[in-house]
Amino acid sequence: MSDDSAPAEDRRSFLTKVAAVCCGGLATLTPVGAAVWAVLDPLRRTAGAGSFLRVADLANLPDDGQPRQFPVITDRVDAWTGYAAEPIGAVYVKREKGSDTVEALSATCPHAGCFVEMDDESKCFRCPCHNSAFTLDGGIVAPSPSPRSMDSLECQVDKSGSILVKWQNFYTGIEEKVARP
Amino acid sequence: MSTTAPQADSPAKPTPGLLGGLADWFDDRTGYRALVNEALYERVPGGARWRYVWGSALVFAFMTQVITGLVLWASYSASAQTAWESVYYIQHEMAGGWLLRGIHHVMAQAMVVLLALHLMQVVIDGAYRAPREVNFWLGLILMQLVLGMALTGYLLPWDQKGYWATRVATNLAGLVPLVGPSLQQLVVGGPDYGHHTLTRFFALHAGFLPATLVGFLVLHLTLFRKHGLHAKQPITKPDAMFWPDQVLKDAVAMLAVMAVVLGVILLPALRAMLAGEPIVAGHLGAELGAPADPSQPYAAARPEWYFLFLFQFLKVFEGWGASGEFLGAIVVPGLTLGLMFLMPIIGRWKLGHRFNIAFTLAILAGAGLLTAMALHEDYYALWADKTAYADVEELLKKTGGDEQQLAAALGNDEAKLAEFEKRRHEYEAIRKSEAFLVAVKRAKADAERAVELAGRPEKIPPAGALSLVRSDPLSQGPLLFAQHCASCHAHIDPAKPEAAAMFAQASAANLFEFGGVVWARGLLDPEQVAGPAYFGNTAHKDGDMVSFVTDELSDSDLWKPDQVQAVIAALAAEADLPTGGASADIVAKGRSLMADTDRCGSCHAYADNETELGYAPDLNGWGSREWLVGIITDPTHQRFYPEDNDRMPSFGVGTDGGPPTLTENQIGLIADWLRGSWYRPAGH
Repeated sequence: MSDDSAPAEDRRSFLTKVAAVCCGGLATLTPVGAAVWAVLDPLRRTAGAGSFLRVADLANLPDDGQPRQFPVITDRVDAWTGYAAEPIGAVYVKREKGSDTVEALSATCPHAGCFVEMDDESKCFRCPCHNSAFTLDGGIVAPSPSPRSMDSLECQVDKSGSILVKWQNFYTGIEEKVARP
Repeated sequence: MSTTAPQADSPAKPTPGLLGGLADWFDDRTGYRALVNEALYERVPGGARWRYVWGSALVFAFMTQVITGLVLWASYSASAQTAWESVYYIQHEMAGGWLLRGIHHVMAQAMVVLLALHLMQVVIDGAYRAPREVNFWLGLILMQLVLGMALTGYLLPWDQKGYWATRVATNLAGLVPLVGPSLQQLVVGGPDYGHHTLTRFFALHAGFLPATLVGFLVLHLTLFRKHGLHAKQPITKPDAMFWPDQVLKDAVAMLAVMAVVLGVILLPALRAMLAGEPIVAGHLGAELGAPADPSQPYAAARPEWYFLFLFQFLKVFEGWGASGEFLGAIVVPGLTLGLMFLMPIIGRWKLGHRFNIAFTLAILAGAGLLTAMALHEDYYALWADKTAYADVEELLKKTGGDEQQLAAALGNDEAKLAEFEKRRHEYEAIRKSEAFLVAVKRAKADAERAVELAGRPEKIPPAGALSLVRSDPLSQGPLLFAQHCASCHAHIDPAKPEAAAMFAQASAANLFEFGGVVWARGLLDPEQVAGPAYFGNTAHKDGDMVSFVTDELSDSDLWKPDQVQAVIAALAAEADLPTGGASADIVAKGRSLMADTDRCGSCHAYADNETELGYAPDLNGWGSREWLVGIITDPTHQRFYPEDNDRMPSFGVGTDGGPPTLTENQIGLIADWLRGSWYRPAGH
């Protein structure tokens, strides 16, 4: 090859490099793009707005101010499996003396999401994971690893005497009670 | 034939044989000899030493995990209905599965220990200094990948332990600023834990993380060879070659690691052997808890021991609120790791190197201390003397823990109050530990039961092992009873010392072995019928049944002892429970006494005695499953207590058209549990 053609070859070489990078890059980016798209799929999934679920009958909840644990049962979809009437969590419900209204607390610990249990002897709630303790009203017993009180849930009693609780999950480990989408 | 000219210094090279010829041919095409030479004939300055074995031991541990992991993979199925089930199959049914899983499980723990030793050796020897900084950083990345694999592997059996530990770990990931919630949702595979949590964790554990680890390991080893081994100074012995001197030491270390791993797996077998108990292979190696159940608490939730220090560290920030959580779970571990990345730079100065050593030892000592604290808290009740705090217990019971009442009880004396608070703290620590130990015991029992159920001849149904547990009277009965029945009824063997206290609290009959001969004998015993285990705490205390038993049944002119015995046997026979060895004739005699309208039949309907239902419970099938389901469903039904039902709710009947409190299935579970009717493996 003659020296005259050197600049042309440089230009060609530059174009070759650009073309190689573009072709290789595009080819590689396609599966990467598809992978990222699919990997991000869970971000599109939401639990849906909390709905009122029946947890018990008012007749079965003595009006002694003592919280009682009831399972939360509802239909649930886990990816490709549909569960009918599946227990998905638990609530503590209590009724004060002579009252027809009830109060409900989620049994999910606001600290890190473990299952809070009732300590009958100490008359408090206690989380077995990191020892967060709460009063029977759900308030923090200091010092506690939990940043906030137990999460109260909206509840109502319908005409047939069923106790309905609005079941929701909340973000854990933060001071504010924020419902998960 | 090789065309290479013979080398000048080996003129007398003999003609190779067939194997040698093949080796020459292969070397000519691949150059493998040079590769092997490069791999084996690395110079070790100052000779082989034991302190250099940790890196090789780690590579060996990783290879063990690859081998056992790939074979586990061949038998594992990642979904909410098959993960526990396939791991159960590996552990309890597959030939050698327990050993395979045991090695994988224990070697993972050994890797964490080896990582700590390798890191300590590198830092103490100053092997991170120029020109090996990059390799040190690669090592730190490898360490995180190994810990990541440990964390993701914990969930894969989808048992209660892994499930709840992962909930905590992923919730903590949600605390990362800005991206936390999205990160959590990506890892969990959606808003809730399920199939996609498993598939993602499995992909991370068996695909993404090990592949990345292999990549970084290749870089780590390449740089290690590039810079050569960092010899411990001062060098006092002559140099040696990697092969065979250091290789021998490495191989001995590998064998020692494997021996320890096998020892940990087989130790329980040795213990059982010495105690003369049978060795169950499925109980060796890695534990398998009860299947994951989001609706059942798991009070024994703890991370694997090598993460216990992080778990305990979170408790340091008690009372700091959300910022404490963020500090403990994200900031402090992040800063620690950041500082470790800076070690090669800090170590340029002599003082810096000393700081690095002190820092590493402090971290390891701190982790060790936190681990010990966590274990101490959990197992405290094993050696603490709770009786020394009987006064605290009593005072707390008396005052219900109310602060004002407590202060009053202690005469509002500040010093006494402070002392009490101190002792109360100790007392609470014992109680927490007791609760943990009870939870561990229960978790073990639940796990054993789940395995028992999975081992039924019918095998696990397609809905998974959780459906088996949820339809098992032995697992569900006590829970349902505690929730719906125990506020009135006791359920305890009357022979137990704590029974009396339980009876005193109950406001209805003790249902322990209800329907059996012992229960029926107590019912017909004038001493017991009006006692707290039967009608004593109910509206029937002064009823006709009590007066019948105390007045008529105790009158030996009216009822001969063998007649009472016959009725007891007949009642148990109606319940379809063992009759205490009574013959068919005795049962028949009891049945005719029950039907006799001058005796039981005067109030109770039975057989063809034409006594109308409604005055006293029907004795047809008394105590049987069908009878129990009936009374739990609706005690006000004509067959039971239409007029004088004493407070018992109709669990199977909804009020005002609403759904019932208990489903048919749940009522059946309670009835089966009360009757002791549940699956028992052969030989039990």
